Amino acid sequence: MSYAGDVAALLRKDLLLELRAKETIPAMAIFVLAALTIFHFALPSGSSDLAADGLLWIAILFTALLGLSRAFVAEREQGVLDGLVMSPCDRSAIWLAKSLSALTFLVLVEAIALPAFSVFFAPVSMTTVAAVALADVGLCTVGTLLAAMAVASRTRELLLPLLFLPLALPIVVGGVGASVTANGGRYLGFLLVYDLVFAIICWASFEYVVAE
Amino acid sequence: MIHAHGLSRRFGRKRVLDGVDLDLPDTGFLLVTGPNGSGKTTLLRLCAGLLVPTGGSLEIAADRGEIGFLGHDPLVYRGLTALENLELYGRLYRVPERRERSGMLLERFGLWEVRNDRVASYSRGMMQRLSLCRALLHEPRLLLLDEPFNALDTAGAELLQRELAERRGATVVATHDPDRVSRLATARLAFA
Repeated sequence: MSYAGDVAALLRKDLLLELRAKETIPAMAIFVLAALTIFHFALPSGSSDLAADGLLWIAILFTALLGLSRAFVAEREQGVLDGLVMSPCDRSAIWLAKSLSALTFLVLVEAIALPAFSVFFAPVSMTTVAAVALADVGLCTVGTLLAAMAVASRTRELLLPLLFLPLALPIVVGGVGASVTANGGRYLGFLLVYDLVFAIICWASFEYVVAE
Repeated sequence: MIHAHGLSRRFGRKRVLDGVDLDLPDTGFLLVTGPNGSGKTTLLRLCAGLLVPTGGSLEIAADRGEIGFLGHDPLVYRGLTALENLELYGRLYRVPERRERSGMLLERFGLWEVRNDRVASYSRGMMQRLSLCRALLHEPRLLLLDEPFNALDTAGAELLQRELAERRGATVVATHDPDRVSRLATARLAFA
């Protein structure tokens, strides 16, 4: 009960901060719409839907990265992470709440991006939507842990992509596979396993990332 | 409360603390003084659990939830109000009747009228008062204050002095202004 309450309080804090500042979600939304617009004009006419599906995953990946790069901005700029780390709450609750807030922002942006993709390119299948949902979980759980690792570094803008992109590759492979193949279920299963394995790893590791 | 023997902390090649010994009882008041860069902040961060020693031993007879810490950063969210910040910390520290406790502290430190204003609109002195409220919210058994009188006006400083005089737990204060708390100190540690 206490753990869930801590996560809820920390999540509420992040959502409230974003509601007031309106910085992360607009930035992500503008980025993904701009990316899809450029892809629309960059892709030669007559290109197959397969190429467009691949571009969708590129847009999602880098939009998620943009959101994750801002995940710990308040904690970094105002030094608040020390305050959270010193509290008696389980430190993994900080990770879980931050992952959930990143996931919330990403899902809200995708609620705009996927219809936009359907307008620019082709309708999005339910398999693709399921793949996006599963991919979002993986991107946010892993990305939040890596964002916390990068936040203390002076080269955080470089470090996060360097750490994140290799670990996000399996998600891209799974997502693209689910979107373009006839047997997308296999790739959805792969994404689900990825999410479970890395969620457990990240949940257990966060304690050691934030403790100096 | 605190037992340190040969306590050392190094950052890369730079040794900031070297062989510090100290024993602080449960109701002791340690006054830490020294010039800039002498290791005062490092000592407090070690005691708070934000750093680990690179040499020697350090035993703190208080759990994470029993330590109150005031550092150079106020550790409050500028986008939240004072009440929202204390509500969050009160939740995380399992403070009983946290709303009442928050209200009492805000009133004591003269922030009741601005409790619903976002911290971003606060002056440096007001933020310092709020940080003190945050550090005292859960009635810590061990209170660690790093330059607590910074940015406080005369009234704020007197409030803090009164609060420290009424405390029952262990206290460590690092300050460039030792005269304000010297009569409370039961032990002194002067860094060179």
